[in-house]
Amino acid sequence: MFKCKTSPEVGGMGHSVKRKEDARFLHGKGNYVDDVKLPGMLSMVMVRSPYAYAKIKNINKEKALKIDGVLAVITGNDLAQYNLHWMPTLLSDTQMVLPTDTVMHQSQEVCAVIATDRYTAVDGAEAVEIDYEPMQAVVDPFKALDEDAPLLRPDKEGQKDNQIYHWEQGDRDKTDQVISNADIVVKERIYLPRIHVASIETCGCVASYDKDTKKLTVYLTTQAPHAIRTVLALVAGHVGLSEEKIRVIAPDIGGGFGGKVPVHPSYVVAIAASFLIGKPVKWIEDRSENLVNGFARDYHMDCELAANKDGKIQAFKVKTLADHGYTDASANPSKYPTGMFSICTGSYDYEHAFAELDAVYTNKVPGGVAYRCSFRVTEAAHAIERMVDKLALKIGKDPAQLRMENFIKKDQFPYSSPLGWNYDSGDYHATLKKAMEMVGYDDYKLEQAKKRKEGKLMGIGICTFTEVVGAGPSKDFDILGIAMFDSADITVHPTGKAMARFGTKSQGQGHETTYAQILAEELGISYNDIEIEEGDTDTAPYGLGTYASRSTPTAGAAAAIAARKLRDKGKKIAAHLLEVSEEDIEWEVGKYFVKGAPEKSKTIQDVAFAAYTNIPPGMEPGFEATHYYDPPNLTFPNGAYICVVEVEEATGAIDVKRFVAIDDCGNIINPMIVEGQVHGGLTQGIAPAMYEGIEYDDEGNVLNGTLMDYLVPTSVESPHWETGHTITPSPHHPLGAKGVAESPTVGAPPAIANAIIDALSPLGIEHLDIPITPAKVWDAIQAHK
Amino acid sequence: MIPSNFNYHKANTLKDAFALSSSLGEEAKYMSGGHSLLPMMKLRFATPTDIIDISKIEGLSYIREEDNLLKIGALTTQVEMERSSLIEEKYPIFKDASKLIADPAVRNCGTIGGNIAHGDAANDQPSLMIALRANFVVEGPNGKRNISVDDFFHGFYMTSLDPSEILVEIQIPQYVDGSGSAYHKVERKVGDYATSGAAVYLELDGSEYCKQIGIGLTNVSATPMRLSRAEDLLKGKVISNELIQEAGKIASEDCEPSSDLRGSEAYKRSVTNTLTKDMINAALGRAK
Repeated sequence: MFKCKTSPEVGGMGHSVKRKEDARFLHGKGNYVDDVKLPGMLSMVMVRSPYAYAKIKNINKEKALKIDGVLAVITGNDLAQYNLHWMPTLLSDTQMVLPTDTVMHQSQEVCAVIATDRYTAVDGAEAVEIDYEPMQAVVDPFKALDEDAPLLRPDKEGQKDNQIYHWEQGDRDKTDQVISNADIVVKERIYLPRIHVASIETCGCVASYDKDTKKLTVYLTTQAPHAIRTVLALVAGHVGLSEEKIRVIAPDIGGGFGGKVPVHPSYVVAIAASFLIGKPVKWIEDRSENLVNGFARDYHMDCELAANKDGKIQAFKVKTLADHGYTDASANPSKYPTGMFSICTGSYDYEHAFAELDAVYTNKVPGGVAYRCSFRVTEAAHAIERMVDKLALKIGKDPAQLRMENFIKKDQFPYSSPLGWNYDSGDYHATLKKAMEMVGYDDYKLEQAKKRKEGKLMGIGICTFTEVVGAGPSKDFDILGIAMFDSADITVHPTGKAMARFGTKSQGQGHETTYAQILAEELGISYNDIEIEEGDTDTAPYGLGTYASRSTPTAGAAAAIAARKLRDKGKKIAAHLLEVSEEDIEWEVGKYFVKGAPEKSKTIQDVAFAAYTNIPPGMEPGFEATHYYDPPNLTFPNGAYICVVEVEEATGAIDVKRFVAIDDCGNIINPMIVEGQVHGGLTQGIAPAMYEGIEYDDEGNVLNGTLMDYLVPTSVESPHWETGHTITPSPHHPLGAKGVAESPTVGAPPAIANAIIDALSPLGIEHLDIPITPAKVWDAIQAHK
Repeated sequence: MIPSNFNYHKANTLKDAFALSSSLGEEAKYMSGGHSLLPMMKLRFATPTDIIDISKIEGLSYIREEDNLLKIGALTTQVEMERSSLIEEKYPIFKDASKLIADPAVRNCGTIGGNIAHGDAANDQPSLMIALRANFVVEGPNGKRNISVDDFFHGFYMTSLDPSEILVEIQIPQYVDGSGSAYHKVERKVGDYATSGAAVYLELDGSEYCKQIGIGLTNVSATPMRLSRAEDLLKGKVISNELIQEAGKIASEDCEPSSDLRGSEAYKRSVTNTLTKDMINAALGRAK
């Protein structure tokens, strides 16, 4: 286990210090985008389409403009005059800012009403009269590929059908051959429906263009301020907004979960409005707009898992249909249209795999955000973990035993996966063993056997996932060509206190504490004496932002290395102060001392003061360091989760009795923050497993567009989470750390699904798609009677 | 999520309220706790020109036994029902229901009268009223009148109340020895409207014959529903397991649910069956 090197007062790695940022949040003093109020600020509200697919025949602004306080109604045709009505997506598709003639999904922005305040703007939006000619929407992604399906994107040159792209990885022929010769092959179509990233704060912005300085300041709910600044410069460069004139400020962010990575059309409209009117314009999304206008998942996966008669896995194959809505606005690294889906071979040692995916257009909201998972890892883990359980059921082997027999062994790391990943470290056997001991697996198996004899439905579900986080090495990972490094910039002041700035952006993860602890660990300056800043592109070093559990793997590493650069400079200063040669100076946390004479020492604070006051001859003054960290590999956190459920046959009611989560995220910086992250992630895991899913009717209408019908679980629905850790440090990360925040969201759904399906298996039920609700369970039981 | 323009009026007395209602006309709407009306206004499903806030009218918040009746003032909040020792001791069905209505913040404002007068079959109190055979005292500019629960609900959000009238008191038969009552609903998550709900009230005589029974169902029909056929089956008999099974079957047959996000029609019929049986058993347990 990890042993702390620093005292609790210094608060380096391993200390559960309280979060530095919490005082302002708990006292209601957080500063969110909607708290920003600028002189003369106007309010913008979007008018949205009631139809999923329709021609716009006419937009009549007159009645709206007659309302006192309504200043402008901006349409797609207005933006077209400046060639701002379309914008590129991160994956080189195109997305409407505002439509000129056709709406492509329900709730699409049709025009914007600008007024003196929000109330007036909403009344203005009600008064805009739009004449639509509805068309038959393409809702089912399988039908989108039919020959007679309407061509949804005739605007795209060369687009002949509704397929966006085909992607594949692995050896198709060899995999097919192994599958066709295998003793056992299990197959299943697994669907992960669209879900909503229910951050407490919705999206919004305040755009403020100053006509005199020609400078644009945008307060924005964004997880990646620098990347957005570059995107804005690329989108609006032709109207005179260049990158040095754009300042993006991400103030406090109330949860992101991937939903605050994309550039929402409304941001662009607000910026255009401020540019044209010359006054600040605020746009804040309401709850239903937030719920309907973004999504994660939506993968239909046809899986095949092949094994010998003893259950030794030999090959995995998955063919996926991905519903991307009307444009591919997935927030993925450029070279990874399907994200890290190829992690789908899981935690098991076998040679052959093949994955392919077809992405299609439909009349739905674009998005495909990585909801608290590293770009499609949730889908991948669900596919393999469901299939492993199905294999266990088929051959009648205990699912834990089957996993133990197939795991990659501890001494096989670094391990090259069949689809090309290089797993850094792990001890899968130890992690599952720990989870089994904590839950009391053997006792539950006995209890289950007894209950089954009594006709009661009880299930035990396991998920042993491998995550892939910390994008990423510059040779493979970029967004719009910008390598996915991240950065830290440290300044130690003359009095020995420090401030550090980062290219990432916390949305609740606790960066102000975690980064301060990393610097405390490396420099011996108390975490309390270190201020952390992020989110202002005028001051923070360039970075790619916070999502996909990348902050600790990238910016956290940058912090450690920048601190070590400072320590190297400090060593020279200490040698100067102690009048010995540099080679004679040794470091222990917080101080330099003379080798063999530890009483002769200088603290890091002494050294910092000297860097400004008593500089060694020829040395550059000051005590600052910056590092841009290009990770050599991703990190591969993993875990073993076990869930125990009871199901009531008469009503389908599901009772989660136990949930044990053992995570291995390498060395842990703040155990309390990690514990909190895991609890939150597990709750966001039970959500899609048992409650959440965006439902569409045949016309493309969203049926559950409010939180009354889109069921976000609360503390009442959450079981008691029991957590624990194994630690196999990442060999390539300077602190041995891995990302963690997303592991529980990835690992919980298959564990819960496996448990419920295990409970129902005596009735002949072999698979259910999530969300598995009591109503769905009841229907399945009837169908198997 | 912002309502259209409306005027707000606060009534301090019933007289004030009626005067306001008379002058403002039928587009004005009374509001007590506001937790059904305000969400509809925010979605602009309801666009009243005027809101007459009656929540602070004095003398309409009480729970007392009088004239062989339990009388509940219509402005009694759900949380007051939840915390009343009289309710806890003698009328546990209200405690069952209060705990299941929305969430604590809503229960702090929401009133029992508003829950009934809104006329929504998805609300919980209406099925309790049916089971308990409630009488409603309503008052308007032209005076008071009584409406039996069986004459009160007419359709979606439609009741026998004239727009100028206010439900002021709920009356149910006072507790007698040998009586028992229970309510439960199946909900998808805490605070949700019922997938289905069943309220049962019954009275047994000394030989355990069922003297009186009321069964109300929540959210499985357009209006709050009385399960008459099951009441007729059980009344005057010793309630056996076989009869309870039969009553459950009747519930599944007579309810009128439709398939929606809460589940398929067949699922809802099955849940209604189970709930009806469970609540008859629970009421019997409390009666004995």
